[in-house]
Amino acid sequence: MALVSDFRFDPRKWLLKVLSPLDGLLALIVFAIIGFSAVVMVSASPERLDTLALNIGVALVVMWVAASIPPPRMMTIALPLYVLGVVLLIGVALFGDVSKGARRWLNIGVARIQPSELMKIAMPLMLAWYFQSREGMLRVRDFLIAAGLLLVPVGLIAKQPDLGTAILVAAAGFYVLFFAGLTWRLILPVALVGIVGIASIVAMGDTICKPDVEWPGLREYQKHRVCTLLDPTSDPLGKGFHIIQSTIAIGSGGVIGKGWGNGTQTHLDFLPERHTDFIFAVLTEEFGLAGAAILVVLYILLIFRGLFIAAGAPTLFSRLLAGALTLIFFTYAFVNMGMVSGILPVVGVPLPFVSYGGTALVTLCLGIGMLMSIQRHRRRVGT
Amino acid sequence: MSSVRTPEQELARFRGRLAVAGVVALVCFGLLVARFFYLQVVRYDYYSTRAEDNRISLVPIVPNRGLITDRNGTVLARNYSAYTLEITPSKVADLEATIEELSKLVDILPKDRKRLKKLMDESKSFESLPIRNRLSDEEVARFIAQRYRFPGVELKARLFRDYPMGSFASHVIGYIGRINDRDLERIEENEDTANYRGTDHIGKAGLEKSYERELHGVTGFEEVEVDSGGRAVRALRRTPAVPGNNLILTVDLKLQEIAEKAFGNRRGALVAIEPGSGGVLALVSVPTFDPNLFVDGIAPQDWDELNTSPNHPMVNRALNGAYPPGSTFKPFMALAALMSGKRTPGQAIADPGYFDFGGHHFRDDKVGGHGMVDMYRSIVHSCDTYYYKLANDMGIDLIAQMIGQFGFGTRTGIDIEGESSGVLPSPEWKRRRFKKPEQQKWYGGETISIGIGQGYNSYTMLQLAHATATVAAGGVMFKPHLVKYIESAKDGSRKLIEPQPIKTIPIKPEHVETIRRSMVGVNREGTGTRAFAGAGYVAAGKTGTAQVFSLKGGKYSSRIAERLRDHALYIAFAPADKPTIALAVLVENGGFGAESAAPIARQVLDYYLLGKLPAGVAPEDPGAEGSMGDGAGE
Repeated sequence: MALVSDFRFDPRKWLLKVLSPLDGLLALIVFAIIGFSAVVMVSASPERLDTLALNIGVALVVMWVAASIPPPRMMTIALPLYVLGVVLLIGVALFGDVSKGARRWLNIGVARIQPSELMKIAMPLMLAWYFQSREGMLRVRDFLIAAGLLLVPVGLIAKQPDLGTAILVAAAGFYVLFFAGLTWRLILPVALVGIVGIASIVAMGDTICKPDVEWPGLREYQKHRVCTLLDPTSDPLGKGFHIIQSTIAIGSGGVIGKGWGNGTQTHLDFLPERHTDFIFAVLTEEFGLAGAAILVVLYILLIFRGLFIAAGAPTLFSRLLAGALTLIFFTYAFVNMGMVSGILPVVGVPLPFVSYGGTALVTLCLGIGMLMSIQRHRRRVGT
Repeated sequence: MSSVRTPEQELARFRGRLAVAGVVALVCFGLLVARFFYLQVVRYDYYSTRAEDNRISLVPIVPNRGLITDRNGTVLARNYSAYTLEITPSKVADLEATIEELSKLVDILPKDRKRLKKLMDESKSFESLPIRNRLSDEEVARFIAQRYRFPGVELKARLFRDYPMGSFASHVIGYIGRINDRDLERIEENEDTANYRGTDHIGKAGLEKSYERELHGVTGFEEVEVDSGGRAVRALRRTPAVPGNNLILTVDLKLQEIAEKAFGNRRGALVAIEPGSGGVLALVSVPTFDPNLFVDGIAPQDWDELNTSPNHPMVNRALNGAYPPGSTFKPFMALAALMSGKRTPGQAIADPGYFDFGGHHFRDDKVGGHGMVDMYRSIVHSCDTYYYKLANDMGIDLIAQMIGQFGFGTRTGIDIEGESSGVLPSPEWKRRRFKKPEQQKWYGGETISIGIGQGYNSYTMLQLAHATATVAAGGVMFKPHLVKYIESAKDGSRKLIEPQPIKTIPIKPEHVETIRRSMVGVNREGTGTRAFAGAGYVAAGKTGTAQVFSLKGGKYSSRIAERLRDHALYIAFAPADKPTIALAVLVENGGFGAESAAPIARQVLDYYLLGKLPAGVAPEDPGAEGSMGDGAGE
């Protein structure tokens, strides 16, 4: 009888089998964030709900597929994916389409793709694979090679110019180096120089932001973004407008917000990019500090679940990958909320799982899927 | 770092770094939450206000300006709605090219361009300025079809001020014009800035200026929710505007028109006052100007014409022009003599035709003199010698004291601006007027010519009419005013401007009677006989001829001979026993008062007392109430 029942279609068992690659907790957190995003999107941009549903559907399928791929298989695609990414980036540099003053898109006949987006996943994958291959015999040389692997695509992306993505890709690579054991003696001085540098820029904002002062290595618009951050009122109708208006939106939300669909900054067009990069301002205007706190808690849960998965991961590759992916989510969330609330420069980073945008959502869900796969295979490839 | 470690050591280090990452992440998120707390809790009020300011825009609703009508309801100033084409220079890339293109759709004259240029000099570049006013329906349609081609150019429906009577009474009504920097300063001083949001025009002269507060009304506001582009999304609240009050004048436009026409091409002034109330029936200064020219910024060409004209049409001669009163001064001198007891009516002098004082020979205009002259004869025949002597007997201080009681040398306080105070000569005045000690001294000889209304005497026609009205009213002085009622445009209720008695001069009725009788004699057997022959009423009058002295700054001195001729004057009140009108007339360089000024007074009195229209004046507008004086039929 038992045999017969095995062959009978049992929807409950089938569902469990289908869902088996997914990590329940992680899925719950991501669904909660995406759900929150959908609620905000109804207010911010109701006309995009259809595409949003499609994007979510595609992203979930990608997540499921990624979750089904065991980590060893991922290792095999790490190098080809990285090489493909670099080749495409070079292609962009040579033949890319220009849009809004930056060369970011590559027309491959059927569609226009943004290879820098691919690099966000390919980079940690590649470096994790590299360190895995050198496991047990790591030398300084390996870190130098890893740094080289990191800098080539970052340089290409920064040249497009797309500072936001370059920072994210560089961060992704750096996290792998960090978890692989990059010495504190190197990290701390760089961090110190960074902090001192930022502090001095803030302190000398008035002098270095004068129109005739050129910043070595940075484009005029990048200098502008930093200077606008230092003093948004210096350009209230131009670049400063975004920060001023999003700060007003956040501040006027108060503790419990103006209510769903009642955001005046949102609905009267004062907020720029309200469904993409600045969607967090919509969320906080309508749901207040309470809404922001809920989102931040969800992100913290996501990150700690990720770090927990990394801690339990069986191989160096999966450990590094899981740790780096988790910190990428953190970086996205922190940079986006930081720029929208006016403590970081505006650098085109979406709010993970909330900002509208198919490519970003798919990339993020791919990362989540990989984390899930690492969690599911922790015992099978035990040490 | 490259030292080989055991897998356990590696794992421990990895987990340690995970912990570091976790802490860093928590710190960073903590930082964010602190930032949110700062924005949303600590500075909530500030940002909340900013968001409201963003969202809500106050759109002013400009009130309709009050109307001005004469005492019979004839409209003198009104509003009508029309389209105007406006340009905001800062929003237009190439102004010249844009205007060129626009001129293919609507007529734009060189005059319009010049006016725009002038307005641009006076205003800020983000202000919307009219390039063409009063577009025809056809022009409106043509522009609307092509408006997408003209960013920064707007079609606006606006109320225009219109003065339907053209140049008649323009010195009384005044005009409105675009608000300039000086007006703005005054608005700010009066803390009226909010009430002038959306208002482009303000009273610049005449009643339009002095009653600006009544005429303007209270600006309403509409709270409108706007989007980031400033477009109105929906109205939230509306406070309607309170339209300005209407002015109903004491002026009788028909009387004003008759008086202005009576001057013909001559320059001059006439003021007619109702003795029992101070209400001004007519206030004429000719030549006049068309106030409609000023409403939307006067074209430079028109402005030049008005300003360079030797006739000075912009000068209000009735208020601002001070003239020696000549012999019209004599009745007041006589009254002063009676009041101070220096003369009795019957006391007579022998007039040899001259009066000698301090080696100077003051001549009478009649060679050989008038013989025995009492007070009656001195007025009827305008005997100078009588008054030379009288002035000498009274002395300058007493003259100034007595004459000053009639308002000479003091602003009357009429309800429009620009009044000159004239000159009531006295040793004290001379000390103030001149700087050099030798000029400050008063000479006895100077007193003599004061007696016949010459010398330093210099008064406005308003003062002269005012003093005449005061005598006509038996010494009761009322403040002259032009506005009779202020009518609320909202409910039509009228507020009467009560006649304000300033004072009662202590004159004995028999003294007034003496003067009245003498002035009636002027028209019956004296210098006014010809002008008042056959009048159907009894008018008291006095002619005057004044040597050209100066019109504020002596502009005539270098003019041709015609401009050096004497000014002709005439004062009158009628009916003599129960006066309803008192007036003063001046014809600049008109020669003898009896010849040129008295006939003008006759036409005015004929109309006011008998309803008689002179040739060439159209009868009363149908519908407007008649305005006969009470004394008709005397």
